[in-house]
Amino acid sequence: MSISLFYFVAFLTIFFALLVIFSKNPVHSVLYLIVTFFTFTLHYIMLNAQFLAIVNFIVYMGAIMVLFLFVLMLLNLNEGSVGSKSNLLKMVGVIAGMCLVITLVGSVKALNASDPLVLQTQDLGLVKNLGKVLFSKFLLPFEISSILLLSAMVGAVLLAKKDIKQG
Amino acid sequence: MELAFIIEKFALILVIFLISLTVAAYSTLAERKIAGFLQDRVGPNRAGPGGMFQPLADGLKMFFKEEIIPTDSNKALFILGPSLALFTSFLGSAVIPWGQDIEIAGRQVSLQITDINVGMLYIFGVVSLGVYGIMIGGWASNNKFSLMGAVRAASQSISYEIPMGLSIIALLMATNTLSMKEIAEQQHGINWNFFYQPLGFIIFLICSFAETNRTPFDLPECETELVGGYHTEYSGFKMGAYMFAEYLNMFLASAVMSTLYFGAYNYPGMDWVNELTGPVIGPLIGMAVLMLKIFAFIFLFMWVRWTVPRFRYDQLMNLGWKILIPLAIANIVITGIVITIIDKL
Repeated sequence: MSISLFYFVAFLTIFFALLVIFSKNPVHSVLYLIVTFFTFTLHYIMLNAQFLAIVNFIVYMGAIMVLFLFVLMLLNLNEGSVGSKSNLLKMVGVIAGMCLVITLVGSVKALNASDPLVLQTQDLGLVKNLGKVLFSKFLLPFEISSILLLSAMVGAVLLAKKDIKQG
Repeated sequence: MELAFIIEKFALILVIFLISLTVAAYSTLAERKIAGFLQDRVGPNRAGPGGMFQPLADGLKMFFKEEIIPTDSNKALFILGPSLALFTSFLGSAVIPWGQDIEIAGRQVSLQITDINVGMLYIFGVVSLGVYGIMIGGWASNNKFSLMGAVRAASQSISYEIPMGLSIIALLMATNTLSMKEIAEQQHGINWNFFYQPLGFIIFLICSFAETNRTPFDLPECETELVGGYHTEYSGFKMGAYMFAEYLNMFLASAVMSTLYFGAYNYPGMDWVNELTGPVIGPLIGMAVLMLKIFAFIFLFMWVRWTVPRFRYDQLMNLGWKILIPLAIANIVITGIVITIIDKL
């Protein structure tokens, strides 16, 4: 039951991820990407990681993809307006894609399928346990990553301001 | 899973679905009646006694109007927009605890569809999903005014989600849980969260007005600037779906505010009433009390709509980013300090 459910959701994930790449209209692409993120949420729920599932839902589906859609709608890109890409760009794309394929094949080969990783405790992903671990064992990395996010935000605001002197 | 459990949940879902539909439908009538009262006129009074069948007549009118899909629009997305808006506005009611457990034939029946331990975040997620219906509909119409309405809705909703989330964090610090059921249980009697988080409640209230696109934040639809708004190209039932979604959102926002800050189904002297009336009637009285609180909030939404003029767009953004977010952060800091002091004492 749960294995077949996993394969079904995994199939959906890959299917919509492919649609993201193959659809010509950028807005359709973003909408398929939203569905892909939703299938990620389903994966998290199946792993009993409710907190991660809902945070993925809020942050990626509810905030980041809204911004993507917002920008695309502001630019109002249509099917014809993207234009054909130059040969150099295509070459770069092929090389980058091949690098990704090699990495994926390598990691699949390194995977030891006969010895799967089993969760020690089933409710590890619940918000209480996650909070305890984040604020005790991983306190320093957690705080440092928050500073990283803050500096990224300040940097983005600085970049967005055209001229600081004018205010 | 046993059969009784499935039947019980299915019945509960059906009842809550019907209640949401009825409340949303009669909110449209209430809005016009209240508008009439505030403007010193009668309001709708032709359909049925005192205009009681007005929502029915409106619904029929919406059904029988001609559906127009613009030729240059994106047809699939044009239909998806209002469907999504309606769908997301129903989702949130799944985690609201509508009452204490009822005892039927020796079985404890929970009056909450599901108690996930991240219930508060689930509501937040559903709210943030709600903007897609408006955005997709506005874009698919292939009309510049619709698009501008959709873009306004998106930026407004993103801006006001941040102070909303921050006020929830302060509430979370005070209650120590994300589960809606536990939050409701903690507010037993008159021990309501409002008395611990007054500032957080006001921020949450303002953000709810913005998230439901109600006046004074109804910038996404504006006749004078945008012809109509994100729904300019919509007609017939799809237009009705957008309007209905707005009223459903208002119902949900009122339910969430009553549950988080105004004690859900709790009221002073509830233990005494529960003992007097038994394990079936008692919780139902609690549910009625929750409904009363929800109606009070819906009235507040309407009262504000017919009293306060709308904001300008830059005022809207200034209020969100420069006033509400710093206030919400200050609220978190104050809550933290107070909790620490109380713990030390």
